[in-house]
Amino acid sequence: MKGNGVSGNSNPSRRVGALFDGARDWWATAKAWQRYALYLAALVFALILPAPWIGSFMSPGADWTSVLIFPIGTYILLAIGLNVVVGQAGLLDLGFVAFFAIGGYSVAYFGTQYGWNYWATAVFGIILAAVSGVILGAPTLRLRGDYLAIVTLGFGEIVRIVANNTDEIGGARGITNIPHPPEMFGMKFLLDPAPYYYLMVAAIAVVIVFSVRLQKSRVGRAWAAIREDEDAAELMGVPTFKFKLLAFAIGAMIGGLAGGIYAGKAVFIEPNTFPFILSATILAAVVLGGSGNLPGVMLGAFIIAWLPERFREAGWLKDLLGRDPAEYRILLFGGVLVLMMALRPEGLLPSRRRRAELQEGTGGMGAMGAEVAGPDSEASSEVSK
Amino acid sequence: MLDDFLNQFLPSTVGGLVFGSIYALIALGYTMVYGVLRLINFAHSEIFMIGTFTSLVVLTAIAPASPLTGIALVGVMVLIIVLSAAVSGGAAMLLEVVAYRPLRKKGATRLTALISAIGASLFLQELFALVVIPWLTGKPGRNQQPAPRIVDRDTVFTIGNAAIRTDHIIVIVAAVIMMIALDRLVNKTKIGRGIRATAQDPESAVLMGVSIDNIVRTTFLLGGAMAGVAGALYLMEFENTDYRIGFVLGIKAFTAAVLGGIGNLRGALLGGIVLGLIENWGAIFLGSEWKDVIAFTVLVVVLMFRPTGILGESLQKARA
Repeated sequence: MKGNGVSGNSNPSRRVGALFDGARDWWATAKAWQRYALYLAALVFALILPAPWIGSFMSPGADWTSVLIFPIGTYILLAIGLNVVVGQAGLLDLGFVAFFAIGGYSVAYFGTQYGWNYWATAVFGIILAAVSGVILGAPTLRLRGDYLAIVTLGFGEIVRIVANNTDEIGGARGITNIPHPPEMFGMKFLLDPAPYYYLMVAAIAVVIVFSVRLQKSRVGRAWAAIREDEDAAELMGVPTFKFKLLAFAIGAMIGGLAGGIYAGKAVFIEPNTFPFILSATILAAVVLGGSGNLPGVMLGAFIIAWLPERFREAGWLKDLLGRDPAEYRILLFGGVLVLMMALRPEGLLPSRRRRAELQEGTGGMGAMGAEVAGPDSEASSEVSK
Repeated sequence: MLDDFLNQFLPSTVGGLVFGSIYALIALGYTMVYGVLRLINFAHSEIFMIGTFTSLVVLTAIAPASPLTGIALVGVMVLIIVLSAAVSGGAAMLLEVVAYRPLRKKGATRLTALISAIGASLFLQELFALVVIPWLTGKPGRNQQPAPRIVDRDTVFTIGNAAIRTDHIIVIVAAVIMMIALDRLVNKTKIGRGIRATAQDPESAVLMGVSIDNIVRTTFLLGGAMAGVAGALYLMEFENTDYRIGFVLGIKAFTAAVLGGIGNLRGALLGGIVLGLIENWGAIFLGSEWKDVIAFTVLVVVLMFRPTGILGESLQKARA
């Protein structure tokens, strides 16, 4: 990690980071009207994003607005949720897709079986996801790092297998004819993807505000303390278990919300909509973008969701490879992950504090064991404990 | 229900022991790498998958007209075990160089390494599905790949209503021999002492003249070789494989490693057997489609009461 200076480095791969640091400094001292102008610009940008002339470049192979909802919007929402757990509290969750599934199944099941209103089912799904986050977290959050990772992975698989084996919720056949959201502000939620897109934008905006407020609050500072050094946080009087559980529940709620929106749009869900690979993808998006930093996380999710769509129908790529480029998506994705971690392990846009933690080699997860400390490295402090 | 259980108890115990031995062999790789690097080598399941395909290629090349017996059987078993162990061990070493060493040199965090491992795992799966399997077998890469039968499923003896067959004995005996060999290696040899020293305290190990890079490489080699053996045994017993075979087995094997106490070689054996047995016994009551749920529930319950597994972590604490 030495030599990756925080700023003023001529290494081109750091220049993006330096530019981003500059933007961050400007933002920290920006006047109120400047901030509101930027919020407004972001909103206008979000509203014109589905325009066909943007779509023809961004997604030549599929309907752009639909792509904006799934995968892009859904991934971004999920990544913001997982960022609370992984990026802010430093808990490694490999089963995040479970909460997405719970939200989705809640909308599907209560909407089709009991005819509940879409909003009631969505809210119920969010609550159910939060409850299951607590149920999963209560026994397991005493575990550290990798043990937690494997238990959450197991939980994700359990939810999928249970959905697969329970005839009450459709078993392997899934649930069809999920009711759409009711008409709202004159927008009919039917086949046209546009209203779902606006719903997604609204949900993302709400979740961003929520997440930023949390990060700046006492809760966010407690999470940062836990992430950096759990033992020290506990000794300083932070009730670490409580805060970890809270992070889990909040992350789960956001995951459940994403699931609810997805199910409302998709009309049909089945257990295979929620595979482990989706958990891994979202985690990769969080780390790729810059774990702990919201703009980074959203950028990571966007890239991971969008790139495969962009090249799905690329003719020149098809000629080059001699077969459908879509088949190579996961192969490339895997390779890029390995490469990315080797070249820029802190992500594209890391938060400053997180980057400092990572350079210290702590950052909640600890360094890889057989790292031997150089004279000025603290990378192995975790090991010698 | 209870009648069912009593009726099927002994046969599913045998099945559990067979599965458990394979879990345990794969678990050794997880537990050794975790002991030394404190890292879940997520791509270890693909190393196992590579082992099954190595055996598949060898068996297809030999293509016995009928199941083998006597010397021929022993020879073929030794051949596929040795070749699978060699190829898997080599693949594991390569994996370490590509996916982990650059991170280790940078002092990256375990989260970074885990993402890299997931990336490597996906890459290997897809590489096999798209390129390697069509090239090796000439069949579409995403299909199940059947293997020729080399062992007759003769009943050697019975205990109650459980038939102990030749293939069961081969799997269990081979797995136990490999585990004893590895245990001896780690506990009695100079290489083993280096591994234990590194697991315990890398900095002091370096000061004592241990080459960390060599130790890590050896650890991956040994763990990979065990996964290769597991792959050969799996293919012989179940006679098919596919590019995703590693995923569920790998998670179960990691579960077994954690159950026994990760970093603990004997714990991996115990964890594997316990997991295989509980899974099979539970499946009598709930049906085999719930096996995975049973396995993960057991994991959560054990970790609640014994956060370091049944036997506790010990590669670190073993006498160096």
